[in-house]
Amino acid sequence: MGRVDLVALFLHFLVLWFVAIGGPSTILPEVHRYVVDVNHFLTNTEFAEIYTLAQVAPGPNAMYVTLIGWYIAGWAGVAATTIPLMIPATTLTLFVGHLNDRYPHAPIARAIRRGLPPIAIGLSLASVMILMRAVNHDWRGYLITLITVAVVLRTSWNPLWLLAGGALLGVLGLV
Amino acid sequence: MKQTETRKPRASRLTLFLTFSRISLSAFGGALFWARRGLVEQQRWLTDREFVELLTLGQLLPGPNVLNLAVMVGYRFAGWTGAAAAGAGFLGWPCLVVVAMGVFYQYYGALPLVHRALAGMSIVAAALLLGTVIKLAMVLPREWRPWVFAALAFVGVGVMRWPLLWIIGTLAPVAIFAAWREKA
Repeated sequence: MGRVDLVALFLHFLVLWFVAIGGPSTILPEVHRYVVDVNHFLTNTEFAEIYTLAQVAPGPNAMYVTLIGWYIAGWAGVAATTIPLMIPATTLTLFVGHLNDRYPHAPIARAIRRGLPPIAIGLSLASVMILMRAVNHDWRGYLITLITVAVVLRTSWNPLWLLAGGALLGVLGLV
Repeated sequence: MKQTETRKPRASRLTLFLTFSRISLSAFGGALFWARRGLVEQQRWLTDREFVELLTLGQLLPGPNVLNLAVMVGYRFAGWTGAAAAGAGFLGWPCLVVVAMGVFYQYYGALPLVHRALAGMSIVAAALLLGTVIKLAMVLPREWRPWVFAALAFVGVGVMRWPLLWIIGTLAPVAIFAAWREKA
């Protein structure tokens, strides 16, 4: 834990957040690659559990990076993973938001609005696959996945109830 | 006397901070639902349409979507310091809560009961994300091109495990150019 290169961690997350179009699930595969495959800060299971804890907590889903930082290097790790998250929002977002208010019909703006969402969706799907590989060990996992997706698509229940259901199944030893 | 100037609503930095604190702390399972409720229904700072416009922009810009929205709303109502107040309210509390959960995980994460509960929840958490992605994908136009870009991004990052920067650096300019040509 003492040998974590915090500057490298900070810079890596800073670059990632600048390309995190579509939000925090876009960069999840890369965060996973960096902390699990390349640096071995976390195991696959720890990664999935930390992600889940952050989903249970209130606040934006992006807080999983804060928790990863905490787990790797305490408060310094929190700073190294969380401060980069705020930098694009305070620089690029304000700048582009200002431009967009002024020139809402610029052709380049329309091209970006049409061009980028499919990429964000493909990347988020990659995140799903990585998480599912880490947590689904047999058919029961996939059955729960199927039921959860059906509920998400057909109802507007608060996701916390579903997470509570998952916890209950886990405690009862059914998964 | 001509009144062409648009009405410029103001909100104090403290109000911005408190409003986004409340949104953030009630945002279990994603902040979007609570952001709309707080900004459109309770404070009436934005109309539904303004909310969707700012949110779409927040989704396309890098970073957490609702954080981007918070910063833009804060800026609109009280300038730079307003943006900082909104962002601090929105991120500060969850940051502390998440660290508290991290402490909990370090002490109790190895207990069998906690471990089993987390295993069950993790399956649901992954499935929740899958459901959200499907919902987003249903909004894509029914043409082949967007799906090709989605598939390339998925395979490159998810299957080949290539670094994200290469993928976005290659795909994003091509996708934007293709969408640009489409208009012409």
